[in-house]
Amino acid sequence: MSTATFIPAFVRRQSFIELDARARAQSLLDPGSWRELVGPFDRIESPWLPEQGIAPQSDDGCVVLKGAIDGKPAVVIALEGKFQGGSMGEVSGAKMTAALDLAARDSQNGKKTAAVLLLETGGVRLQEANLGLAVIAEVMASILALREHAPVITVIAGTVGCFGGMSIAAGLSSYIVMTREARLGLNGPEVIEQESGIEEFDSSDHALIWAINGGEQRVAMGVADELVLDDVQKIAATVQRYVKAGLPQVHRSQQIALYRARIAALDTSRQIDPLSLRESWKEKAKEGVAQ
Amino acid sequence: MSLQVGLRGKAWFQVFTGKNSPMAGDPGSVLTADAKLGEDMARFLCVVPNPEGRFPCARRAEVGLEESYTLATRIREAIEQDKNGEKRPIIAIVDVKSQAYGRREETAAIFLATATAADAYASARMKGHPVIALVMGNAISGGFLTHGYQANRILAFDDAGVVIHAMHKEAAARITLRTVAELELLGHRIAPLSYDIHDYAKLGLLHKLLHVEDPDTPSQTTLSQVQKELIDAVADARAGSRDLSNRLTSEGARGMRRVGLLARARMEEQWAKA
Amino acid sequence: MEQLNFDYPSAKRRVIKKAHVGVAGSGDMEILMQPDATGIAHVSVLTSVNGFRSSWQAVLDRFFAKYDGAVQIDINDAGATPGSVMLRLEQAVEVIES
Repeated sequence: MSTATFIPAFVRRQSFIELDARARAQSLLDPGSWRELVGPFDRIESPWLPEQGIAPQSDDGCVVLKGAIDGKPAVVIALEGKFQGGSMGEVSGAKMTAALDLAARDSQNGKKTAAVLLLETGGVRLQEANLGLAVIAEVMASILALREHAPVITVIAGTVGCFGGMSIAAGLSSYIVMTREARLGLNGPEVIEQESGIEEFDSSDHALIWAINGGEQRVAMGVADELVLDDVQKIAATVQRYVKAGLPQVHRSQQIALYRARIAALDTSRQIDPLSLRESWKEKAKEGVAQ
Repeated sequence: MSLQVGLRGKAWFQVFTGKNSPMAGDPGSVLTADAKLGEDMARFLCVVPNPEGRFPCARRAEVGLEESYTLATRIREAIEQDKNGEKRPIIAIVDVKSQAYGRREETAAIFLATATAADAYASARMKGHPVIALVMGNAISGGFLTHGYQANRILAFDDAGVVIHAMHKEAAARITLRTVAELELLGHRIAPLSYDIHDYAKLGLLHKLLHVEDPDTPSQTTLSQVQKELIDAVADARAGSRDLSNRLTSEGARGMRRVGLLARARMEEQWAKA
Repeated sequence: MEQLNFDYPSAKRRVIKKAHVGVAGSGDMEILMQPDATGIAHVSVLTSVNGFRSSWQAVLDRFFAKYDGAVQIDINDAGATPGSVMLRLEQAVEVIES
């Protein structure tokens, strides 16, 4: 009898959240199958940060690994949440867009290549403002182009979560996988408090934040696909499953009539109770996921 | 800026289309109409203030939940109607305060709503509809990503009231712990940070900056001038590709996005060998 | 913002591998370490915190007192403490010498 059978699962568990972007990306690809592209030693860094007294990073906070998942061609693009909050700048955006475009090109030429986006990001890097915003629009366009041929799988694990313009990119994905610790929303609580007042959103109310933006809520209301434990093996297995599943029958961002009706049915005279919303939006069947 | 945000857009929508109310069943914040533009019938879309809106945080020309799903519906309608024929131009008149900053919006997944509208715009473009964004006021952050930034060509009025940016000056000043004056100074030095449309024009994303005499109350001459620019932009879009690659091959991009272009080229080189 | 350069001619032993450790996040730094083309060790530091040349000198002197690899070291620093700097250097060496 091996020792392993006596070690409880929670001890064996390896946290995905504790890994940096590079290690997270590596953990999702078949061992030995991947190569990093435009990595740290290429030294393609932000030309805008040093001018503003901010230390750049050799990979501009974006890691691109090309390889295979479950034997199928895939590219994993990961944002480093610890560098400038994972925000999108000229270079990190260019790397993400280029990788998506190359995956689309390969897919069109017969080699279907899925993309996995590890989004730990606050959105636009304010120190690059209009170039950051422009590049997010380009990422969105590239996701939509690749999405015609191969699935785009977004994983949001935390602790930064996925906010700002990149939440729109997440919304365009074929599938969204989240942990309980993760959050997904267009505007962070601080921004809402700032723009619309503390009554609208008290950004110190952590319970409220997770009740609205947290992974469990997003999955329960049907706007994200799967809630996963913060465990490297489980997340890797989940990503594999979605790569294998291929394209959904209909992407969520094309289900207009359904969502338009849901919005029309909301009682807007008061704030919306997140738990009640789960009930009224519960999907009857997993119509989006290919079997 | 002399007019309240969103009212310039409303005024122009009316001179382009002769209409000033939403299509049947649509909320008061989204105006959609088909109108003649040169030889084409084009679909014009505009987000405008709606003080009676159901959502308190989306009454002043913000792009919120209803606005996003309405835009998506009207764009997809045009795509469906044109699927076997000539693809009509889609003209986004952009004069939006921002996205809607509200708790109801976050609860009801505005990230998905905005994605749905952007998806519709991009799908129209990818199917061969020339999509043109005409920025005549604010085009900020998520509002612009949703309504306008998926266009084949972006035109903007050359006017102090026209601001394309990732965050309002006041909010950006607060977050970066600077004064508005300091931010403006920084923008003069570093073009991507600038709030001035002339600096935005240096980035190579804008197709054309339009000098318009009377942007708030356009005369017939002004209307004809701008219509001609739209017609030219439509033709230019039709002659080009259906993706956003023109933003990377412009003179501005080659100057201001040199390092990003280097990253792309290096990625392509290494991808082939990986 | 400061760019600091240091040379260590006594570090002449040929190395073959490369190492990359750390993230240039606030209070941290990243190090790229690779074989140096000139056959001795060179260090290039880009730091967002000005006025600490002598601290960098001290840490690097201590490091190269124990290490003789002919490495090119590039550092992007966002305010790491001298203790973290040494830690990161040692992490990088572990990879290079593995």
